[in-house]
Amino acid sequence: MTIQSTMPTLRAATCAVLLGLAAGCAAGAAPQDAAPAAPRLGGLPAAAQLGVLNRVTWGASTSTWRAARQEGIDRYLEGQLHPGPDDGLPPSIAAQIAGFSIVQRPMDELVMDLERQRKAYSALPPDDAGAKVAQQAYQDQINRAAREAATRSLLRDVYSRNQLKEQMTWFWMNHFNVFQNKHNIRAMIGDYEERAIRPNALGKFRDLVRATVFHPAMLRYLDNEQNAGGRINENYARELMELHTLGVNGGYAQQDVQELARVLTGLGVNLGTKEPKLRRELQGQYVRRGVFEFNPARHDYGDKVLLGQPIRGEGLAEVDAAIDRLCASPATAHHIGRKLALYFTGADPSPRLENALAAAFQRSDGDIAQVLATLFAAPEFRQSLGQAFRDPVHYVVGSVRMAYDEKPILSVEPMMAWLTRLGEPLYGRLTPDGYPLDASAWQSPGQMTTRFEIARIIGTSGAGLFRAPGGQAPESPGFPQLANPLYDEALRTTLGPATRKALDAALSPQEWNIFLLASPEWMNR
Amino acid sequence: MQRRDTLKWLGALPLAGTLGATSRVLAAPAAPAKLLFVFLRGGYDAASLLVPTSSDFYYEARPNIAIARPSADKGAGLALNADWALHPALQDSVYPLFGAKQVAFVPFCGTDDLTRSHFETQDTVELGQGDGTAADGTRLQRDFRSGFMNRLAAVLGGAEPDGVRPIAFTDQLPRILQGSVEVANVSLRYAGKGGGINERQSSMIAAMYSGHKLDKQVREGFETRSEVQRTVANEMAGEMVAANRNAINARGFELEARRVAALMREKYALGFIDVGGWDTHVNQGTGVGYLANRFDELGRGLATFAREMGPDWNKTVVVVASEFGRTFRENGNRGTDHGHGTVFWVLGGGVKGGIAGEQVAVNASTLFQDRDYPVLNEYRTVLGGLFARMYGLNAAQVGRVFPGVRGKDLRLV
Repeated sequence: MTIQSTMPTLRAATCAVLLGLAAGCAAGAAPQDAAPAAPRLGGLPAAAQLGVLNRVTWGASTSTWRAARQEGIDRYLEGQLHPGPDDGLPPSIAAQIAGFSIVQRPMDELVMDLERQRKAYSALPPDDAGAKVAQQAYQDQINRAAREAATRSLLRDVYSRNQLKEQMTWFWMNHFNVFQNKHNIRAMIGDYEERAIRPNALGKFRDLVRATVFHPAMLRYLDNEQNAGGRINENYARELMELHTLGVNGGYAQQDVQELARVLTGLGVNLGTKEPKLRRELQGQYVRRGVFEFNPARHDYGDKVLLGQPIRGEGLAEVDAAIDRLCASPATAHHIGRKLALYFTGADPSPRLENALAAAFQRSDGDIAQVLATLFAAPEFRQSLGQAFRDPVHYVVGSVRMAYDEKPILSVEPMMAWLTRLGEPLYGRLTPDGYPLDASAWQSPGQMTTRFEIARIIGTSGAGLFRAPGGQAPESPGFPQLANPLYDEALRTTLGPATRKALDAALSPQEWNIFLLASPEWMNR
Repeated sequence: MQRRDTLKWLGALPLAGTLGATSRVLAAPAAPAKLLFVFLRGGYDAASLLVPTSSDFYYEARPNIAIARPSADKGAGLALNADWALHPALQDSVYPLFGAKQVAFVPFCGTDDLTRSHFETQDTVELGQGDGTAADGTRLQRDFRSGFMNRLAAVLGGAEPDGVRPIAFTDQLPRILQGSVEVANVSLRYAGKGGGINERQSSMIAAMYSGHKLDKQVREGFETRSEVQRTVANEMAGEMVAANRNAINARGFELEARRVAALMREKYALGFIDVGGWDTHVNQGTGVGYLANRFDELGRGLATFAREMGPDWNKTVVVVASEFGRTFRENGNRGTDHGHGTVFWVLGGGVKGGIAGEQVAVNASTLFQDRDYPVLNEYRTVLGGLFARMYGLNAAQVGRVFPGVRGKDLRLV
């Protein structure tokens, strides 16, 4: 019997339970004006509850499994949608993050200091020995800032109790993608994640858009610092509509791109201490917040027409008016709803689900947690459990969570290396579209083989996760116990006969680990 | 094109569905043509590769980084003809191949993309759908999941079970090979470094996927991997016997190129590999130095590949390309910045060597925007013409590889 032939059995079992929860199903397909549906998943069998956890978290671990069982899956979900301030990180992990330079020093200070250094060594002849030393010091510092940001992010993915918040942080970082290796964005990326994205990850979509529009990392990445009245650079305006809000078929025209670009003129960055000399009537319009700058001398003060409605030329306030208009468009509600559904079910939503999500978005003024609650309550969500392919981040983080749960690792560097090999490093996407969310992007033969090699590394050793970065001491020999309570209580029941056969034939616990992490069921969430 | 030439290039390629029965009969006897695309990511400095020695302006524009005119001096250019010389780092590798008329250079080649951005222009090259801007300045929708080598594979019957087998020698599937035809990929950098799922484990894992929708990918991945491992094992055995210093010292691209040859000889007809490290903004050097070392490694790899292909070299074509050239004048840091026109290389046992395509005298007035080499040979027309000759493609088939483009026959093979 093949694995595939057992899948329908599992699905049939899930559906049978769903029939018993007819009220819950009906709530998922609620008409647009009804109150948002509360997900009711408590009656699902263990395997399906594990499926829910694998979606809401970066991958279930024994401790999340038990917490959710104890609390009840519905209350757990509610807590994930509305997380408290405490991430519940293990103390040593929290201490590691607290020691980072990007935590101890505000971004603006770091960026301006680095820029001073860069200017100083650039002024020296290239052969100058001092210039080389200074350049190296600059590179070390800026690389460190980026590495710390990625480390913090991965540590939270593994250990935070607010798993959905961390997952949504990745999702929005990808949606509002910036590439760390452009200009000096490495020095800004941690702040972008920490202050623009993460606080709004489950909040109002409009706040998220606004935070990215005013962040220097975005203004640099999409060249808006080059965008000035009379010398328009459309790059950011276009992506703000095409990728961030309305979507590619969102009903805007080239004229709208140009008009939005005009609205955005003057928004840029200023890495120095000097401020532009302005005519007196413009001086009151000038805004400087750290390295963010609105320079009214570069702004086009003419009136604009965006999406058929006028925007009066009045300076920075135009930007808020434009953001409001973009976020209020039904096209945005549909675009965001569709993308969330793809991320959390692994497939494009039916028109019915898309409409329900768009309705929840509009009804709640773009409240992300409410859209997600609607999604989690939908029959399509439940039917899709276990059917979505894990992208590399889900595969790597989920495997480490399964292997080590709450035990603190000393280094995430192996995880970063695996993500690079699998093609999805943090902050490493060059283009503004972000990494693809569809499975086919991650299933090439070479990528599958690489997964199996990573399965072997994790399954048979400490994988370098317990070697402090820069430390010389060899890692103590050891390997994780994947045959853990989560496996016994839930995961085992989801495995097909072919996988069980391989596990039964394993010659050692290490090999057993390899087969579990290499199994087709483990590739899914 | 002579029928004799066609026969030489048309292989037992699965052109049946695309060319019709007559061509298939013609094609039957020969072995399939092979193509390796080597992408130099970062925009290599083409004016240091193919040195315009007849241009005084070149020496004015590059007071510190020009390659000297051919002479007995170490570090001087290697004469190709009255106008051009080759970078001296290629003396023992590519220069002899050029002498054997197995290398053609196409100067003033490149894209219509003017962003001068690495990633945007690399996308443009790999997608082969134009720069995404219509004549009136509006942006066209490009299909980012459809690279031109995948479309070429499709035209060559890559979707058929016995069709052309494409492979990317890279960690991920690059854009150039994304599309409807399934493509293997394997990183040669990690090969032989343990990594080791053993054979028993491989077959147990494959068994878990039997009947699963990823079955094919998993098997393909293991197959490719074990071929790479066999190749690596052979290398090691060969090294111990031959005690050949070169073999022992083979590193970097040279080592990869040998493995590429082994795999393309055996199994794959369409290959892609990329080589980084070309973004020489600072201290690029002259006949010696940073860029010279990069050319040396690249050249040795290409010569190794040519040698290792054995008799198959006669029906193999290697295209070496980059997203753009660099500024013609040196910058303030003895380097060069992002430019426009570049030089494409075409190598192979059956290549008609020389300097090919449209050319123009190199001086200040012929520079594009007073800073870069112009593009006189749009790369899609060049490659379209090359593919037409290699595979006997008609205009419609070239149009499927490069939509809206007519191939230009530079008689490169």
